Amino acid sequence: MLLSVENLTKRYLSGSRQTTALDDVSFTLGKGETLGLAGVSGSGKSTLARVLLRLVPADTGKVHFEGEDWLTLSGASLRRRRARMQMVFQDVLAAFNPRATVGSVLDDPLRIHSGKRARDRKQDVATLLDRVGLPTGFADRSIREISGGQRQRVAIARAIATRPSLIVLDEAVSALDVSIRETILELLVELQQERGISYLFISHDLAVLRAVSHRIAVMDAGRIVETGAASQIIDRPQSPAARALIAAVPRLVTDAR
Amino acid sequence: MTLLRQTIGTGEGAIGAAILSLLILIAVFASVLCPGDPLNIAGPPLTPPFTQGSLPLGTDSLGRDLLAGVVHGTRTSLSVGLAAAAAAMAFGVCIGLAAGFSGGIVDEALMRLVDAFQIVPGFLLALAFVSVAGSSAHVIVIAIALGAWAGPARLMRAQVLSIREREYVAAARVIGAGPAEIVFKEILPNALPPVLSLSAIIVAAAILTESALSFLGLSDPNVVTWGSMMSEGRNVLRSATWLSIFPGLALLTTVIGIYLLGEGVTKAIGRGRPGS
Repeated sequence: MLLSVENLTKRYLSGSRQTTALDDVSFTLGKGETLGLAGVSGSGKSTLARVLLRLVPADTGKVHFEGEDWLTLSGASLRRRRARMQMVFQDVLAAFNPRATVGSVLDDPLRIHSGKRARDRKQDVATLLDRVGLPTGFADRSIREISGGQRQRVAIARAIATRPSLIVLDEAVSALDVSIRETILELLVELQQERGISYLFISHDLAVLRAVSHRIAVMDAGRIVETGAASQIIDRPQSPAARALIAAVPRLVTDAR
Repeated sequence: MTLLRQTIGTGEGAIGAAILSLLILIAVFASVLCPGDPLNIAGPPLTPPFTQGSLPLGTDSLGRDLLAGVVHGTRTSLSVGLAAAAAAMAFGVCIGLAAGFSGGIVDEALMRLVDAFQIVPGFLLALAFVSVAGSSAHVIVIAIALGAWAGPARLMRAQVLSIREREYVAAARVIGAGPAEIVFKEILPNALPPVLSLSAIIVAAAILTESALSFLGLSDPNVVTWGSMMSEGRNVLRSATWLSIFPGLALLTTVIGIYLLGEGVTKAIGRGRPGS
């Protein structure tokens, strides 16, 4: 098992009110597998992503990643191990320093993790750009000059730069145009087949999840209410939360009839 | 560099930059324009302006050349003003950055210190400091900076608090960037522009404070400043108004020039932002 999450709980305190963002969440993810994480907004999907990426601390629970107790790592050893788990953010503009160029965005992870000299990294940046289908001349462009779809390709290139075994994709295609969405999903599937990367694919859109996921977990109010093979969840949803998500996708309702 | 070009592209920026470059040239070439010590006696006392070719602005009550005074005063005013503002900015930015990034007890302690400095009027603070520590040039610089650093510190902290929650800072942590890299590469460059646009106000205020201090006689007596010239002109204000008017005009021009440049920079930064 690449990743196993056990009884993860996270509460937020705002004044006297307590919100449970994650409530006893457990699941596993194998090598080269895609787990789709579905749920309406506010169901705790993004909090789960942030806890896994060690951006916010969990209250209780355990995470085993590549045989290590992931939540107890800290300092330099955590920073070194971060190379193995990467993330693609939802907002394709906010995820980049507004002053960055495409080249500097891709060079940063290489500089931190590869130990190569600047001249050799330039070649690696070009290879990465080429791999995600962008012209190598893009390296000198400002991140603000390129389109949303191109920016998400850069985000994917940044995520694969350190050769991770797991990438968490938080609504990675939700902000994109429908026509671009499909080519990005194809790129992700290609990369998975080529490198055996596992994905935790977070989305509220079941149509997207069905296209890429092996298994789907449905979240509601911080709990995982249903887990199963992608086709099973979509064809025979058991929980009210899963049924509500399916009802929100008109095309799927027609399919079911 | 693009910011400089964009600043000059705005009308205010162009005028401000022109005024300031002229003043800087005057300050740099003061000894060429008016050679010799401006405190030396150059002609009969209280010569009115525009009456003698060699003394175009006339002389003061001791017979010192007024033009030489104004020209050499530019050097003092600009250098003290810029140095004080630079010191206040540097210190304020460091304190604000430290407070915003560390949070918790460090933040609390630093912000109470900022409060303490902000509630005392800056001029009073400078006055007290100079009365105690003497009136050499660097003491005056520190005295003025003491009353001016709290504003930039407060703004810098607010900027850091907002920027450290941005997605790109999270992205930098995800790729394994260390705290120093996050502070200096991700947060600082993006937090700085609004704080820098404060610097025009601080430079202008610093020049005014410096003049006020020397007006009260709390400046180096061996250096001519606009404030000390006005102070001396005050005794003969009714019979020889020009003694106060010319240094006053110089002060006014400088402050307006700096304000216009600051306005231009603020506009240029606003245009450079995405989505505006």
